[in-house]
Amino acid sequence: MSAYIIRRLWQMLPTMLGVVLLVFFIFNWVGGDPAYVLAGKISNQEQIDNIRRQLGVDQPYWVQLGIFLKQIVTADFGASWSTNERVSHILLTRLGPSLTVLVPLTILATLISIGLALAVAYVRGSFTDRMVMIVCTVGLSISILVYIIVFQYVFAYKLGWFPVQGWGDSFIQNLFVYASLPILIGLVVSIAPNLRLYRTFFLDEINQDYVRTARAKGVSENRIMWIHVLRNASIPIITFLMAELPGLLLGSFLIERFFSIPGIGREVILAVERSDFPVIKAITVYVAFATIATNLLADLTYKAVDPRVQLK
Amino acid sequence: MATDLAALRGTRAPTAREIPHTVSPGLWTLAWRRLRSDTVGMVSLVIVAAFILMMILSGAGLIASDWNREVGVNYAPPTFLGEEATATAPASITLPGAGNAAGATQYKSNIVDPIGDVIEALKAGKTPGEAASTGTLPPPETAEEKSVDPLAEVMADIRKSEASKAAAKPVERKATLPFGGDKWGRDVLKKTIKGSETSIFVGLAAATLATFLGTVFGAIAGYFGKWVDDAFNWFYSVFSSIPYLLLILAVAAVLQQKGIFTVILILGLTGWTGVFRLMRAEYLKHKSREYVQAADAIGASNARRMFLHIFPNVSHVVLVQLSILVVGFIKAEVILSFLGFGVPVDVVSWGSMLNEAQNELILGKWWQLVAATTAMAILVTAFSLFTDALRDALDPKLKGRAGA
Repeated sequence: MSAYIIRRLWQMLPTMLGVVLLVFFIFNWVGGDPAYVLAGKISNQEQIDNIRRQLGVDQPYWVQLGIFLKQIVTADFGASWSTNERVSHILLTRLGPSLTVLVPLTILATLISIGLALAVAYVRGSFTDRMVMIVCTVGLSISILVYIIVFQYVFAYKLGWFPVQGWGDSFIQNLFVYASLPILIGLVVSIAPNLRLYRTFFLDEINQDYVRTARAKGVSENRIMWIHVLRNASIPIITFLMAELPGLLLGSFLIERFFSIPGIGREVILAVERSDFPVIKAITVYVAFATIATNLLADLTYKAVDPRVQLK
Repeated sequence: MATDLAALRGTRAPTAREIPHTVSPGLWTLAWRRLRSDTVGMVSLVIVAAFILMMILSGAGLIASDWNREVGVNYAPPTFLGEEATATAPASITLPGAGNAAGATQYKSNIVDPIGDVIEALKAGKTPGEAASTGTLPPPETAEEKSVDPLAEVMADIRKSEASKAAAKPVERKATLPFGGDKWGRDVLKKTIKGSETSIFVGLAAATLATFLGTVFGAIAGYFGKWVDDAFNWFYSVFSSIPYLLLILAVAAVLQQKGIFTVILILGLTGWTGVFRLMRAEYLKHKSREYVQAADAIGASNARRMFLHIFPNVSHVVLVQLSILVVGFIKAEVILSFLGFGVPVDVVSWGSMLNEAQNELILGKWWQLVAATTAMAILVTAFSLFTDALRDALDPKLKGRAGA
């Protein structure tokens, strides 16, 4: 097991290096000389020269790459081009709000989807099943933008049940006042695809021999569904959830933007709008590293929940 | 000829007509038959085809080419709501004399309007000549006066041009439009059609680009294996480590000039990973099959084996992937354009319509939001159902696993 982990960690290095190269390619090669971008933001020519010198723009590409690698390792990307805030400070302070919305959202969405999917899978082929599937398909085809616009208008603006937008300093207030409508919207948007997916996981298990055996020896239907089927279907569900985890770091761009939640996702959009390259570079690289790490974690969890899996 | 020979031999050979059709139908024929019997699949195919036809007609400038014209009053409500709702519309902005046929927003200016009376007269059904005579312009002069007045010719010209202007410029701004109007009174129906053109074109083009890249990369990686496979796998794992939307935004940040082709390029260059994974697996599976060995034996080159022999056998996977990508890219384009990172402002797309609609909703003008949402929902639902039907038709073993 430990040999496997060490080998996997070792194998992560080329991928991480590739991510660094790709981000470097996008920003330093495609993006070109930042002087053009900076000229529109900073009037002080001395400051622009300073930033260019720090990035080594006038030096060969391999020196620039070296500077970039050093920035990543030391987590020091300098200051934002727009607000002059330290990039490391931006990342740390924006993480909390994103997680405040997304952790409860993910937990609730998973539990609700599993419950509904089990129920729908149990009555598979029936009218209810078909109706639920149709509602899911239609619901999925409406843009998330529309859900946010309409929910914000109806529940916050018209009915006044929730604040239209905002964010405070107290965690409790944020979670129960400001985050509740974003979480509700997130639930509506994520339950439809999850339900469809989990239903197929359950359907795969329901037709297995062990279900028939359990039924033959007189196990109750409830026990079959909640214990036997759920346990076996949890393997693909956990794999799927692990793949979704990096999204937690990113937040949901749109929800955070509409509700003015100072999270990572909103920061990315702001940074793209302002051409604030250091912030985008830092977020892209670290989120990619987190994704690579969760991929390993997903494989390990997979092994933990399913003893049949052989790790090679 | 065969018949002649048979006649010579004195036996009767079966004519071509009588030979039972023994050629077994191919994959595509079978798939088409299965799709034909799938009602939901066929209905969604018709809807998708209608949207694509609309895209082509609109792209060719045959319909909705004048979407940018301000044909209605500001925020003209949909026709079925009636004009009552226009009470809130700022009538004072409408042009003088712009009172429409229904007379909903009559504007009467305090300023002396030399041609106002002429227009009124025109509306009353008089000919331009008669109308001009009712105006404040002096009546046409007699021959006698003409000989005295040195400006008679000029005056006659002015009179003529005023009359023709009044006749040619009925600034007819409708109080209602079929699907309503936007802030400037542009027809929402036409905007929706034009927006469909942009969104569907971006979706189709980007999906084609991404599928092409994924197929070529996957074919090379799966077919050659060894270090080539390793290299492409490394490339794949790098691209798939960066969350998709983040990668798109990062590329959008550095590409300064905006345009439809920039959006297509961004989506296409970042979206090939899913197709690559599937195609690599398919090529890995097929490369050692007997028909490929046979092709090798008759001296077919690598490229020939990859794209002439193996590709037709895996093309159904490509088609389904393409179909899935189109839906994903249409959604992505809408979000990008909404955020202002997508198509430029002078191009209308569903995303830019939603962006406008967001502010209109606060004013209670919901029709643009509903129009863009409905058009998109119908297309995306039809496309998803069609994709499911296509997959079932091409690979019946998977039937009933929709959404997997």
